[in-house]
Amino acid sequence: MTGLALLIPVALGLGLLGLAGFFWSVKSGQFDDADGAALRILIDDEDQP
Amino acid sequence: MNAESILRPSAALMQSDFSVPAMRCAGCISKLERGLSQQPGIVNARVNFTAKRVSISHLPELTMPELVAAIAETGFEAQAITDQQGDPAAAEAHQLLKAMAVAGFAMMNIMLLSVSVWSGATGVTRDLFHWLSAMIALPTVIYAGQPFFRSAWNALRKRRTNMDVPISIGVSITTMLSLYETFNHGQHAYFDGVVMLLFFLLTGRWLDAVMRDRARDGVSALLKQTAAGAMVLRADGKTEWVDASALVPGMQMIIAAGERLAADGIVVKGQSSFDLSLLTGESAAQSVNMGDVVHAGTLNVDAPVTVRVTASGPDTAIADIARLMEQAGQSKSVYVRIADRAARFYAPAVHTLALASFGGWMIAGAGWHESLLIAVAVLIITCPCALGLAVPAAQIVVAGALMRAGILVKDGSALERLAEVDLAMFDKTGTLTRGRPEPVNLDQADATQKSVLLALARASRHPLSEAIRRTLEAEGVIAADIDAVREVAGSGIYGSFNCINVSLGRPEVEISHEGMASQLQIGDLPPFAVHFADMMRPHAEETVAGLKEMGITSAILSGDRAVSVAPVARTLGLTAQTSMLPQDKLDAIARQKTAGYKVLMVGDGLNDGPALAAGYASMAPASASDAGQQAADIVFMGDSLAPVAIAIRAARRTQRIVRQNFVMAIGYNAIAVPLAIGGYVTPLIAAAAMSGSSLIVVANALRLRSAAR
Repeated sequence: MTGLALLIPVALGLGLLGLAGFFWSVKSGQFDDADGAALRILIDDEDQP
Repeated sequence: MNAESILRPSAALMQSDFSVPAMRCAGCISKLERGLSQQPGIVNARVNFTAKRVSISHLPELTMPELVAAIAETGFEAQAITDQQGDPAAAEAHQLLKAMAVAGFAMMNIMLLSVSVWSGATGVTRDLFHWLSAMIALPTVIYAGQPFFRSAWNALRKRRTNMDVPISIGVSITTMLSLYETFNHGQHAYFDGVVMLLFFLLTGRWLDAVMRDRARDGVSALLKQTAAGAMVLRADGKTEWVDASALVPGMQMIIAAGERLAADGIVVKGQSSFDLSLLTGESAAQSVNMGDVVHAGTLNVDAPVTVRVTASGPDTAIADIARLMEQAGQSKSVYVRIADRAARFYAPAVHTLALASFGGWMIAGAGWHESLLIAVAVLIITCPCALGLAVPAAQIVVAGALMRAGILVKDGSALERLAEVDLAMFDKTGTLTRGRPEPVNLDQADATQKSVLLALARASRHPLSEAIRRTLEAEGVIAADIDAVREVAGSGIYGSFNCINVSLGRPEVEISHEGMASQLQIGDLPPFAVHFADMMRPHAEETVAGLKEMGITSAILSGDRAVSVAPVARTLGLTAQTSMLPQDKLDAIARQKTAGYKVLMVGDGLNDGPALAAGYASMAPASASDAGQQAADIVFMGDSLAPVAIAIRAARRTQRIVRQNFVMAIGYNAIAVPLAIGGYVTPLIAAAAMSGSSLIVVANALRLRSAAR
């Protein structure tokens, strides 16, 4: 039972963290251009020396 | 990161959005972003590939045409997008996504706790877990349930019922009873079921919203923004670009060849011919002289003219058609979607059942507490979880498949309506035909003539020259080397090839071949006349035959003259009505509607706008006018007409799958409901049944992935 007292808050906290992360990513527009994000990885950076 | 220049701390940067439909690959993204941010005045450019847009922040000095030119320099054609203000539809999808995420998070955590309860936790542990579940579930229901509560309340206020009414009642009663159980150390709490239900239903709603968004982005990327303004000649002789909304009667617009008019007016200088196909559907260009009236939206073909504005904005002929369209859209009876039609029968049945089982168990002497528990189990089991997912899942899968085939479906109800049509009415110019002239006798030209033709045609933006260029380039002809090329507006293109004078232009003698021809002259050799015709779209005959096979009769409604419609009608074996005004087309559809037909209108021009809005379902090619594309339910890309038949076939298959899903959902209820009424359903069984039936429905919907073939 004492294990539960630790594990349950930990489980809920991690879940909440995930949810907060998801909300943040939606708000910062990371879901606005899913196809573009997949393609941008293919662009070579020429500006770097 | 990719192509971003350093932001100078400037006082007021402007943000402008452009639609760039031609971007297709990663290279395009970097070309646009890098190329643009290197141009003077542009601080930063960011591409949204999904919506095919580029957003540019620039110094306020740069005007729209300059920015479009800057994009053209990177090799892309772009159109300005004016409505940048956040639109409500996208906000709705975001809201649903958030609600879905909250429900998903809550579902996972409650399931975690529920598994221990199901596997035999008792006493204090079970109470603790129930309390924890309640603490997660209550805020979740209040937050994630809002879309349903709001919609149910709206429906009830209008004394109607929809899918959301049984959902809202089921969710709130179950939550309250589970709370009561938790307070009284009860054995069963349904928090997991409630939250899972919300999660599945929100998934369905979100899919629906995503589908609408995607199609809307696709269509807005195609919109051409018919003449966003005009070059205006000021009294002091200077010229200046004026926005269409700022044009006022009395201004003098200089309209270059190949430009569209932004306002109605009278020609005061020059003569040319105008392409009126957008307004009237007539394919041959009409010549205009000084003093003639010209309308907004028409295309100047031959030579530059100066036009005095007589009417602009809401007073133009275009705006009249827009008003007609709006009326047609309003008079269209409100279509009730299949899921809501099912809910009309479903909701009363479910509520009666739950009430009856409560009453039945009370009479049998089970006590109100146990009877209520059983009634709630019935509500949870019958909640239209699979139903709420069945329709959107099938529709988004098929919309995705159609989109890959170049067919954009604007919303789910369009698919439902398209599946029911039994009469198809086609516009001619631009719909059955390509709506642009194509050379028909180039195969009679020899190699020298072809290469000279291409070299001359390349130098002009005249529609006939462009048609020649397109055809010859597709054939792989290599252009001859021609010096001293010059274009004389309204006459032709002149140059010299190996010191021989060559020209491509208006035939000296009028050669009538549907009114369109041009003549190539090489030195003193006999001239070669290129004839043009508005070619039929590929697969037109197969499409009409395919529609017939599906039991759909086709007919032509055209604004063009009978002479030019007749050959098309004869080839396709269709009846045709000709010389129709927009109002006539509207009336023709209304007549068929009263005769009991469900009319599919396929058209492209502005003159088809009202008819498209009035049809039971409507389709437009991507080459259509903006108004046509906005009024149509479905927009298809490419030259071929085959998408019409493909879309109807796919829509009918979707309807079949949706019906199968309904049957499955009902079958599942037929098994589960007696168990629930009998009092055998525990939260574990409810959870398993609910997710099981949802999975089956989604799996069945996935079979539609190949529907567009």
